[in-house]
Amino acid sequence: MAFFEDIEIGAQRAFGSFTFTPEDIKRFASQFDPQPFHLDEEAGRNSLFGGLAASGWHVAAVCMKLLVADGKRQAAEAAARGETVAIWGPSPGFRELRWIRPVLSGDTISFTSQVETKRTSEKRPEWGILQARNTGTNQRGEVVFSFLATAFVPRRTLGS
Amino acid sequence: MTTLTFEDFRPGRFGTFGPRHVSREEILAFAAEFDPQPMHLDEAAAQKSMLRGLSGSGWHLGSLMMRMLFDGFIGRTASLGSPGVNEMRWLAPLRPGDDLTLDVDVVEARVSKSRPETGIVTFKGTVRNARGEVLCEMESPIIVGRRDGASS
Repeated sequence: MAFFEDIEIGAQRAFGSFTFTPEDIKRFASQFDPQPFHLDEEAGRNSLFGGLAASGWHVAAVCMKLLVADGKRQAAEAAARGETVAIWGPSPGFRELRWIRPVLSGDTISFTSQVETKRTSEKRPEWGILQARNTGTNQRGEVVFSFLATAFVPRRTLGS
Repeated sequence: MTTLTFEDFRPGRFGTFGPRHVSREEILAFAAEFDPQPMHLDEAAAQKSMLRGLSGSGWHLGSLMMRMLFDGFIGRTASLGSPGVNEMRWLAPLRPGDDLTLDVDVVEARVSKSRPETGIVTFKGTVRNARGEVLCEMESPIIVGRRDGASS
């Protein structure tokens, strides 16, 4: 993972894709969001979604899963080059999360991330705060999901 | 049980739901599948992290809030889904063994212009642990069907 200083505003990265099977959709929904259109094909067809639809929280969790996997790949590459690996901190939240179109069973969603803002933390000078827009697009090129993520990213030099 | 419709949502406190116990096993299982960062999986790494101890993924907390919303009222509401989340603030870490309560306040309720047989209810959800600390706050709209015949 990159240090705060190495991150450029506007930088964009494709960080993975995921195909939502009906089994995945129903398993997540039965735990966290058991509304009929997330659990049953016919109920999904009769809903505004027009088919068995993944819970929006499932789409968001899969986005996180792919972000973490991509971060680990980047960290391994940096370590292989002999570089110090930055360990990112937690997130204080997010804004503007949009479930734009339904994610239906069988859909493959590809995710990208674009850096929008960065600033140093006043309270924690060893950290920077990054905002990035994460976007999911289906196999037909339709944007289905986006949100503005915030994360604490370590600075390369302590407080200077 | 009667189904709640748009007309049942008025600005102000709607209800308090829970408690929902969250086990260490659940936290580790969610993190292993969706957010396998050391601060969510490994006790020693978590102690060294900003959150100082094992914590659940924020997305797990969001998903748990969704389940509490479902059990609290969405499961008996003419809910047609949600277009998104305006803002989520993760304010304190979710810890193993936490007992969560959820306060729901209706911020705004208005009839949809594009689909007048439905309304848009924007609510604020606040999740607290047993000590009363706020773990997260979320503002989100949901689309709710109006009572039969209401379309103007």
